Amino acid sequence: MNAEKKELKNYVYMDNAATTKPYPEIVEYMSFVQENFYWNPSALYGFGVQSERLIRRARNSVASLIGAHEDEIYFTSGGTESNNWALIGSIRAFDGKRKHIITSSVEHPSVTATTEYLKQAGFEITVVPVDRQGFVDPQQVLDEIRSDTCLISIISVQNEVGTIEPCQEIGLCLSQMGPKAPIFHIDAVQGLGHVHIDVNKWGVDLMTLSSHKIHGPKGVGALFIRKETPIKPLIFGGDQEKGLRAGTENLAGICGFRMACDMCKNDMDETRDKLVKFKTKLVAGITEAFPDAVLNGPDIHLSAPHIVNFSFPGFRGETILYGLEERGVLVSTGSSCSSRKREPSPILLAMGKTQEEAWSAIRFSMSRFTTEKDVEATVLAVEDCLKKLEPWRKKMI
Amino acid sequence: MEKVLLIRYGEIGLKGQNRKYFEDTLRRNILLAVRNQVSDNQDIQVLRSYGRFYLTGFDAEHQEECMDVISKIPGVVGVCPAIVVDNVVDAVEEGAVAIMKEAVAQVSLARSTVTFKVSTKRPNKSFPFTSPEMNQRIGAVILKNVPGLSVDLHNPDIILNLEIREKGTYLYVYDRPGPGGLPVGVSGRGTVLISGGIDSPVSAYMAMKRGVDVNALHFWSYPITGQRAKDKVVDICKVLRQFHPQFRLFIAPFTDIQTQIIEKCPENYRVITMRRMMMRVATEFCKNEGGQVIFTGENLGQVASQTLESLTVIEDAAGLPILRPLICFDKTEIIDKAKEIGTYDISCLPYEDCCSVFVPKHPVTKPTLERAIAAEKNIDVDLLVKECVEGIREAQLEDDI
Repeated sequence: MNAEKKELKNYVYMDNAATTKPYPEIVEYMSFVQENFYWNPSALYGFGVQSERLIRRARNSVASLIGAHEDEIYFTSGGTESNNWALIGSIRAFDGKRKHIITSSVEHPSVTATTEYLKQAGFEITVVPVDRQGFVDPQQVLDEIRSDTCLISIISVQNEVGTIEPCQEIGLCLSQMGPKAPIFHIDAVQGLGHVHIDVNKWGVDLMTLSSHKIHGPKGVGALFIRKETPIKPLIFGGDQEKGLRAGTENLAGICGFRMACDMCKNDMDETRDKLVKFKTKLVAGITEAFPDAVLNGPDIHLSAPHIVNFSFPGFRGETILYGLEERGVLVSTGSSCSSRKREPSPILLAMGKTQEEAWSAIRFSMSRFTTEKDVEATVLAVEDCLKKLEPWRKKMI
Repeated sequence: MEKVLLIRYGEIGLKGQNRKYFEDTLRRNILLAVRNQVSDNQDIQVLRSYGRFYLTGFDAEHQEECMDVISKIPGVVGVCPAIVVDNVVDAVEEGAVAIMKEAVAQVSLARSTVTFKVSTKRPNKSFPFTSPEMNQRIGAVILKNVPGLSVDLHNPDIILNLEIREKGTYLYVYDRPGPGGLPVGVSGRGTVLISGGIDSPVSAYMAMKRGVDVNALHFWSYPITGQRAKDKVVDICKVLRQFHPQFRLFIAPFTDIQTQIIEKCPENYRVITMRRMMMRVATEFCKNEGGQVIFTGENLGQVASQTLESLTVIEDAAGLPILRPLICFDKTEIIDKAKEIGTYDISCLPYEDCCSVFVPKHPVTKPTLERAIAAEKNIDVDLLVKECVEGIREAQLEDDI
């Protein structure tokens, strides 16, 4: 244990799109809540009511970060559950009358695996392609709408390459369609805290949020559900969350999520400016260190400030990852959820990248805890690692 | 009445002058395994009597666990729970009824009656009744006192064994087979090269089963392969340690050697050169550890480096004999064995080892020694081997979290 503690401090953490380090204050506060507010929020005695009040307060904080009303926030176990719920819950609400879903080709696995399941269950899925920068064309999405389209689900910030999708454009057009419009769902897990989100301006009906990407605890997230959006529960049981999401509330997690939202709201612009600067520096540094590197995703100002994705043709991403680990820099090869499988990133392939580019991709992702020194150390590590691996170039399978 | 575990061993009982050494080794291995894996209770002892061991002094609640552990120790032919009673007919009868009641409760059959027979051995000829007499007598007492039983001498569900010995009578019903073979240590020391694949763990197991005190050497090419590739080998070795409680794993840093090979050696001899370098490192390491032989999981014809020509050229680089327990097995036979010993599922995890990232498109299948030696002319073999051997570190097989 002690040896591990020591080691952890020396790492440059560049995998913040996978998960972030929680604020120490949040860890402390959660422990306080676990010990002192273990009461079931559904209990009728005073303590239970106190717990319930904490949840309401949290709902308010989460809502205010995305311009929603607190009654529209439903707590879940995290982004994956929220995405599952948004898709399956909407389909169920239409009771088989609408059988069509539209998504993009760069969605998170918790969306693509769910649509795959729905496809097997007899629903029709249209996957809208993206361009080389990873953008979906809003017009193309709108063109696919049919009278039986139940739902449109789009990612707000692509988790591997950082592309900011044109959610607002799509939402605005849908708002003009009136009551016949399909339900509009946004997976905002990577967007939260990095781009300004306003559910009303964007015309969104459902939005997936996660706590652990903004320095909150794991195991808690939320689904924003606009009032009167038809949706059925995914988890059945007690009548928590207005009967839409059963299960005793994860009070400590919810309180931690609340604190993360509050802190995020405080320094969002400041963080954004800082990360844009860092991203510029990182991209320039890596390009200089290894001129053959290929930047994946759009230009800096069109993508999220915290994600940088490069391909290093001739190498395997996995080997670079280990080489950087050896030098104390932690990164990821594409989305962490798929990195245990031996497949090139499907996202990069969907963007029209070559197999070689998709195999050799590395994602660097930053957070408000990232320092300028971290960025410099990362560039040096990349340079040194690739120099050492040069004999292996083009010789790896 | 005392509960013990009766441990049978086979061929080591036949080994003439070495018998005592073999028995002492097995006894020590059993005791070590039980103390490491079940309980360090100092009352636990392994007693020897007439070609059997008896584990005594364990807590009743640990009986199953002790059985599990002992049934995996090479040299053990079988292990079963038994009770020991005094050599008095009344006591034998009482014990027989008790053990049969327990046994009947554990048998679940569609039929309402369970069949049994009694099988007596009487090495202690001073006991007043003969074996057939005891069979009849004890059978009758059981029929009278344990409901739901009938006798079937030819195909019984339960056999109650009675062994009337000098110091007491042993009664037992079940037998769990052990691996057989020889106790680890009696055949000397060696090193097994372990990759994380399916074959090498089976090879390690077979070496242990023939009494070799092996340690494992894994060649690790960080950062070409990652932490998980190493963890996989650690997990495999944890399984293998059940058969050899003092089994140890060592990691050899192989990246520099592979990098040199990939830079400076002809592509079609890349794998041959790599295997030859492994043999050199393993030879030095094995000798340093007091070993005399190297085990591999090589198998004739499986891949290009496993033709007779390749094996010969590879062996040339080794300074110790290379033993290949799996040489003539079919892949399916190896897989069955890996499943049996419990390493198969771990081996099938997708993390690559140092060999799989290294295979060229057209490896040579009929290498010659002259060309293999020529392929090494641009690398400093001695220096690379020396540095690799110096970098070898033991990997922790204990869980630390």
